[in-house]
Amino acid sequence: MSLTQEEVFEKVKKVIVEGLGVSEDLVKMESSYTDDLGADSLDTVELVMALEEEFGTEIADEDAEKLTTVTKTVEFILSKN
Amino acid sequence: MSERRVVITGMGTLNPSGNSVDEYWDSLYAGKSNIKIIEAFDVSDYTTKFAGLVENYNFEDILDKKECRRLSKFILYGYAATVEAIKQAGLSIEEFAEDIGVEIGSGIGGIDVLEKMTIALHERGPSKVSPFTVPMMIIDMISGFISIKTGAKGPNASSVSACASGCHAMGNAYQLIKSGKAKAMITGGSESAISPIGLASFCAAKSLSQDNENFKTASKPFDLNRTGFVMGEGAGILIFEDLEFALKRGATILAEVVGFGSSGDAYHITAPAPQGEGGARAMKLALEDANLKPENIDYINAHGTSTRMNDKNETDAIKSIFKDYAYDVAISSTKSITGHLLGAAAAIEVIASIMMMKKNTVIPTINYTEADPECDLNYTPNKPISKKINHIMSNSFGFGGHNAVIIIKNHS
Repeated sequence: MSLTQEEVFEKVKKVIVEGLGVSEDLVKMESSYTDDLGADSLDTVELVMALEEEFGTEIADEDAEKLTTVTKTVEFILSKN
Repeated sequence: MSERRVVITGMGTLNPSGNSVDEYWDSLYAGKSNIKIIEAFDVSDYTTKFAGLVENYNFEDILDKKECRRLSKFILYGYAATVEAIKQAGLSIEEFAEDIGVEIGSGIGGIDVLEKMTIALHERGPSKVSPFTVPMMIIDMISGFISIKTGAKGPNASSVSACASGCHAMGNAYQLIKSGKAKAMITGGSESAISPIGLASFCAAKSLSQDNENFKTASKPFDLNRTGFVMGEGAGILIFEDLEFALKRGATILAEVVGFGSSGDAYHITAPAPQGEGGARAMKLALEDANLKPENIDYINAHGTSTRMNDKNETDAIKSIFKDYAYDVAISSTKSITGHLLGAAAAIEVIASIMMMKKNTVIPTINYTEADPECDLNYTPNKPISKKINHIMSNSFGFGGHNAVIIIKNHS
């Protein structure tokens, strides 16, 4: 069963809010983890781990490096679906 | 630069007998603690099933949710105590940032974090190990984190000497100020080793009381029927300052640090040297540093862990230094009430001792029912006594043969 883009976004948002401790309304499709959501390098590693848990998938390091924004993350998850 | 005088202007604590210095004092006076059967994990297979626990403190009152989730408990405890201590001292850190340092000790730091991540590694592989594992486990992160939160940019490190860690941290802080290297130091100790691996390890070493039936009275230092120590957790933080600096900014002075001594046993990994020889030398060095005679000490807060070995050897050590006066000086082990907070023990015990000086009251060794012929000093059994106290000595001895002794003077 594949998820819609909206469903993936909602799940990604939940992971971000929990992981980075930011408020929900700050998380938009265009948000960049480091520039808009205040994540440092350790935060992003932890975020990827949390995304793997949430979607029951593995994200390779070379893919993880490219997931710098919410849009890129949602598209990546959809492509794996 | 001439030697500076070092005073104490703030104190904070979180421990099984209270979540603030005031609560702690009330509990000490009433002999009240929070020693209970551990429920955080299944203890049915452990030979010891109880410990002194910190409860009912909401860390989200002082830190955001993300910080609370990531930080190991010993850092949370230490930071909570720091907030209280800085508030009492009324110290504006921003204004003097480069002159204010942090030196906080811990015996085992984030052992709970290492344990959880080791399980994740073995069960689910290396990709499941949090990037925060090492940063949250290492002991020095407590001093690092507190500098990040408070802005203190002076000397910054941690002391590690098992159950003497907090005393070594205070000794180092005292020496940094005394020699003019810092104007103020945030110092003390923090510990949270009550996790499955922490408890199992101390059980295996046969260090702990196994009196699961009578756990509330199991910590009985110097008593004939003592069977081992009772683990505790928490933190004690003190603000040490250069006297002139403190006076200039109009701080209220609680007490003065006048002496510190430390030594090594060069004997055994866990057992103290015969007759407490190493501990005795640390006491002697602290007295010399303070330029005091044994008779000037009105109260000794003993290491008094409630183990067979410590209490006998500490008694011998006190006798070797205090001679005839050893039988008169008021001694007690507040571990009988709080349990043994390992690397945080010295800090909460110095806080207790300063409160005793302020209140002219000696807190007793509770749970004391039967005298041990090998421990025949005045341990202030069971009931608080009124006494004017000018100087206190606080002893701490750690696995590895680390001995540290600090002397504090009343400032009223």
